[in-house]
Amino acid sequence: MSTTHHILSVLVENKAGVLARVAGLFARRGYNIYSLAVAPTDDERFSRITIVVDVESRPLEQVVKQLFKLINVVKISELAPDEAVERELMLLTVKAEPTTRGQIIELVQVFEGRIVDVGHEQLTVMLAGSPTKLDDLEELMRPYGIVELQRTGRVALPKLERQAPRLRSVSGKVS
Amino acid sequence: MEMNGGQALIKALETEGVEVMFGLPGGAILPVYDPIIDSTIRHILVRHEQGAGHMAEGYAHATGRPGVAMVTSGPAATNIVTPLCDAYMDSIPIVVITGQVGTAAIGTDAFQECDTVGITRSVTKHNELVMNAEDIPRAVREAFHIATTGRPGPVLLDIPKDIVDPKNPRSAMEWYWPTDAEIEAGLPGYKPTTRGHAKMIREAANLILESRRPVIYAGGGILKARAAEALRELAELTGIHVVTTLMARGAFPDSHPLCLGMPGMHGNFTAVTSMQKADLLIALGSRFDDRVTGKVATFAPDAKIIHVDIDPAELGKVRRPDVPIVGDCRLVIEELVRAVRDLGGGDAQPDRSAWKSQVSGWQEKYPLTYQQSEAGEALKPQFVLEHLRDSTPEDTIVVSGVGQHQMWTSQYWRFDHPYTFVNSGGLGTMGFAVPAAIGAKVGMPDRTVWAVDGDGCFQMTAQELVTAASERIPIKVAILNNAYLGMVRQWQEMFYEERYSEVYLSPDLPDYVKWAEAMGCVGLRVESPEEVQSAIDKANGIDDRPVVIDFRTDSNEKVFPMVPAGASNDEIVVDPSQSQTEVHVVQ
Repeated sequence: MSTTHHILSVLVENKAGVLARVAGLFARRGYNIYSLAVAPTDDERFSRITIVVDVESRPLEQVVKQLFKLINVVKISELAPDEAVERELMLLTVKAEPTTRGQIIELVQVFEGRIVDVGHEQLTVMLAGSPTKLDDLEELMRPYGIVELQRTGRVALPKLERQAPRLRSVSGKVS
Repeated sequence: MEMNGGQALIKALETEGVEVMFGLPGGAILPVYDPIIDSTIRHILVRHEQGAGHMAEGYAHATGRPGVAMVTSGPAATNIVTPLCDAYMDSIPIVVITGQVGTAAIGTDAFQECDTVGITRSVTKHNELVMNAEDIPRAVREAFHIATTGRPGPVLLDIPKDIVDPKNPRSAMEWYWPTDAEIEAGLPGYKPTTRGHAKMIREAANLILESRRPVIYAGGGILKARAAEALRELAELTGIHVVTTLMARGAFPDSHPLCLGMPGMHGNFTAVTSMQKADLLIALGSRFDDRVTGKVATFAPDAKIIHVDIDPAELGKVRRPDVPIVGDCRLVIEELVRAVRDLGGGDAQPDRSAWKSQVSGWQEKYPLTYQQSEAGEALKPQFVLEHLRDSTPEDTIVVSGVGQHQMWTSQYWRFDHPYTFVNSGGLGTMGFAVPAAIGAKVGMPDRTVWAVDGDGCFQMTAQELVTAASERIPIKVAILNNAYLGMVRQWQEMFYEERYSEVYLSPDLPDYVKWAEAMGCVGLRVESPEEVQSAIDKANGIDDRPVVIDFRTDSNEKVFPMVPAGASNDEIVVDPSQSQTEVHVVQ
């Protein structure tokens, strides 16, 4: 993923057709959506769409403004990759014959993933984590033979403030 | 009150204050047409659904009130896509209602089914597939609210047959009418900003008072915001010249000494060049359209930009403003006038007399001009327009199609009142004039409405003259018939080495006079300059049916000035009779 990658967190009304409206604004400009995750929020009237796109900042600014014009879009925040906590979930079915099964289980443990299903010659592994961590496990599993792989697309929230909050100055206007 | 969805839909339109709607019935929308018989709303039966959409637009252009069109599903819905897109590009408030197959049949490729909300999603400000009868009053109120507030635009409601059909239990509902507060609560993502930021307005006032070569770049937003008076106050307070874009013609009177007329690809030399040489552009409800800016990189290179628009997405879309202000044009201009007054008003400005004399020098040197035809030569379209302009009331509403005739109309008419020029700017929809003129006349029945059309445009929507004749809507149509797709011909002559590919239409096929008569109109033909005046007078005297005049004009005539597509506005080409010298600006 290049340096032009942007994460948009879009709060929308939980209604039919809203995702198509949002996706359409990217499609008409020829921008490919890299990943997309949608789910209802704690308030059932709203859903949150997390979109990762590869676009230069200037055209993205225009897309964001156009997104905000959609009647069903309530709020948009752009998360800078450095200032966001990003997580993704992967399910991966890998060939696991008796000779390699032990190695695979070991790798999954190193990555703090879980084996969620076991067949005679295959294992299904679940891993939640940062997208790069998922990439790494995917690479390591590849030589064993990946049978199927499904990633959810990332979700993200802004990183929390780490600096202690400054005491507000008491001089000046008191209101 | 118990009623069915169809009755509720019509009652909702009545409650919204709709007086007239344009439409054509069909299978899926049939149940909604039944209660129209008992309604106070005047329904105008069109001959093609595209006509209904453009009529609604013309009505909205002329009156400022939302236009309403209603058509059936499938092909009717696809036929009205062009007017929706046209209204979207030019920010025209219209509400379009389309029939849809019953909810159970949606998605089954039923007869006359299409994915209307999917097809129209990108050409409407908002659209909704209404799935339950009890949602109808809410959906109608929301549609009018969205269409008419913020940046106006088209809204479409897609209405499945079962929720309006009295024979279907799904259509039963209890009437209600939502309050403003309920509508706003139901639209948590829609809160247009109307008040400009006070600090930005002060900054704008400061820039205005410091500037030496300012120009007000007034766009269609002035008309949408009903801000013509505020604009005049600002211009007169500061003595700053105003250019009015194609969508803003009439927003500032052409006869005003500060008016420079239309800028852009076919704008006049002074309007184009004053913007190029300005040190400050005050963009009010304009959007830096490519037809205005020419090559963006060389557009008004020395100008700082104040950009006022109700749509935040316009600010910085094409050109980064130095002072961006999101807000309603009228409210912002009024605040701006106050801020300029607080800072000392017009007297606090630098001496701009050198700039002003330069501007008037350009006006003297490069007026709009054309070669008058010699005896026996073909009629000049500009000559026709000058006579038409001088023989009609000052507040005549002029409606044009798209192409050469549109540019000549904008150039040669004198627009001294807002809402007197109706045309298709952003989308450039050929065939707009006849139906839009009908809509304008329906909305403003006491005003004279002239459509100025091209022969190519006229052939696209002329059938609506049947609507006009049968509904007794006496519009007048001047066809500037040059037997060609004239603007395309002009480009082929200038940029394609005179290789005229597929642009010839013939002057007399069809016979426009016979065609007009067949449609219940009076048809007149004018072939020489001497006949122009009497034909216009005759047309102006007819008020019981539409009139069509076939003006046979010179095929070779081109629109000048012209900035070639993609070129810089500095490369403006004036009329061949005017010698062009390089422009140096006084600092």
